Amino acid sequence: MELRKNYFADERKDDLNEIGHSLQRSDVPNHVTGRTAFFADRTFPNLLHLKMVRSPHHHARIRSIDLSEAERHPGVVRILTSKDVPQNLYTILILIQVGPPDEHVLAEGKVRWKGEAVVAVLADSERAANEAAAKVKVDYEVLPAVFDMLEALKPGAPLVNEHHGQNYYRYDSGASRKVRFGDVEKGFAEADFVLEETYHSSPIEQAPTETTGCIVAPEGNDRFTCYTNTQAMFFTLDNASIILQMPGHKLHMVGGTAGGGFGGKVDVTVEPIAILAARLTGRPVSFIYSREEEMQISSPRAAETITIKDGVMKDGRIVARQVTGYTDAGAYSRHSPYGAQKGAAHYPGPYTIPNVWVDTWCVYTNRTPSSAMRGFGVTIADFALEVQMDKLARLIGMDPLEFRFINAYRDGDMKAHRQPTEGAALIECMQEASIAAGWPVAERFMKMSSKRREA
Amino acid sequence: MAKVPVQLTLNGTERAEFIDGGLTLLNALRDRFGDTSPKGGCHQGTCGACSVIVDGDLKLSCLTLAETCNGAHVETTAGLAADGIQHPLQRAFLDGFAAQCGFCTPGMIMAAKALLARVPNPSRDDVVEAISGNICRCTGYEPIIQAILSAARSNSQNAA
Repeated sequence: MELRKNYFADERKDDLNEIGHSLQRSDVPNHVTGRTAFFADRTFPNLLHLKMVRSPHHHARIRSIDLSEAERHPGVVRILTSKDVPQNLYTILILIQVGPPDEHVLAEGKVRWKGEAVVAVLADSERAANEAAAKVKVDYEVLPAVFDMLEALKPGAPLVNEHHGQNYYRYDSGASRKVRFGDVEKGFAEADFVLEETYHSSPIEQAPTETTGCIVAPEGNDRFTCYTNTQAMFFTLDNASIILQMPGHKLHMVGGTAGGGFGGKVDVTVEPIAILAARLTGRPVSFIYSREEEMQISSPRAAETITIKDGVMKDGRIVARQVTGYTDAGAYSRHSPYGAQKGAAHYPGPYTIPNVWVDTWCVYTNRTPSSAMRGFGVTIADFALEVQMDKLARLIGMDPLEFRFINAYRDGDMKAHRQPTEGAALIECMQEASIAAGWPVAERFMKMSSKRREA
Repeated sequence: MAKVPVQLTLNGTERAEFIDGGLTLLNALRDRFGDTSPKGGCHQGTCGACSVIVDGDLKLSCLTLAETCNGAHVETTAGLAADGIQHPLQRAFLDGFAAQCGFCTPGMIMAAKALLARVPNPSRDDVVEAISGNICRCTGYEPIIQAILSAARSNSQNAA
């Protein structure tokens, strides 16, 4: 590995102990010998298997649930409904003030997306659990559903989630998260060109090779050990504590080993109900998503619709940017209000633009709840705004890389969300990328620095 | 349910269990024979994490009935290191950063072992074909391909 010293050399100490060396991952020796203990590699005597009965409808009222045939199925030990859950209404980020609670552990009165958990069947074998789950009869009254964010925001659209009262998340700043910097209308009036484009993305499934799941073992004295592949141990602990109305010291979460996650394992969808099942039956419980559930039920990256309007001068300077971003949370908040908020701060990109106006919305629809995935809130934003940058460069007949040098942020520049730029290195990265890619730029760009502006 | 006797040689050791008819080899290995190195990623034959070697052939243990393996020699990644000495494939995966989360690794190593037994000096295309049934979501495959090629080279050097 080569450590280059031609950038920021005066800021660097060369007493690096780890950087520049190849280190073996601490967990790999057990990976290659098959000894790594994933949660499902543990087994317990008398293990029960939990199978979730899920909504086949996108939006429906539950008229009645008939468990009689399922309860008679050989091997069935217990069937759980919403009435069994001590605190059935929750939302994952409530302890960091992202509320109100808007989601039921097991459906209560209504289902709001196709796949929502309704009834949990516990049986001696996986096969018996699956067979009995197929015998649960739920009588639904199907309701109109909405799948498009802009349709959901129109007057008269079906109300997705009564806990919000409208089809968007209400921030302390109102219906959207806002960034206001300079005067965007003045900027557009002064611009040589104005370009407005809209970008769309679909939900994306993280698809880890190991599906979401946990195994819970009762430890006596009303204490439980939960072996889980969660990526969010503390969200899991605090939500399990709230849902079960049990103090955290009775819940021992064991994790840290996940067979891939990529954000798909930060929601808390299996542990509380599995712990409840173990508590009510006194037996160890396994709740593992099938591959089908992993693909259809676990929350994907949100769909987004992003409109970017830029004012640009012939010399390459972007003088105004207006963005309206919509994040499709699906039927419940989960992590999406936070994702949409991240987008608001991010839309100017790593560029210094004097006039910025951003509104980002977190919108509810009857789609699968979305949540975290690798840079959620900013990854699709980056896609949209970098495609927009290419289009702007083309519009004014400028090389797209040189166009980015002209607009790159430098140390000391005020960003639109009122954080001064520090430690910028975009220009230096682009200089190196220009050389590596064989995409030459004019000499004046190769002499630029993130530390200071040219006289 | 009537139990079926299954006797097999697992990583060189003779083992026998009474199992339920219809049990997959994957579940038999994990739940009855205590070898959790094969992983269940899909239980429908698409991810390859459950790959094992049965009588020299690479098999998806989630689609193989345990009772059909009566008398068979079954190899898994758990049995690869002999007397604590790492197999060249294990060494190559370690050195080449070819494992990240580790969930696909045991199946991937079995697929590679079956390839090298058949083709000791594989081409890159041979390797890509051999692991085409094994999904990895972390590495982007390139370190795995390089590790398998590297293990093949060290095998042929040892043989020379």
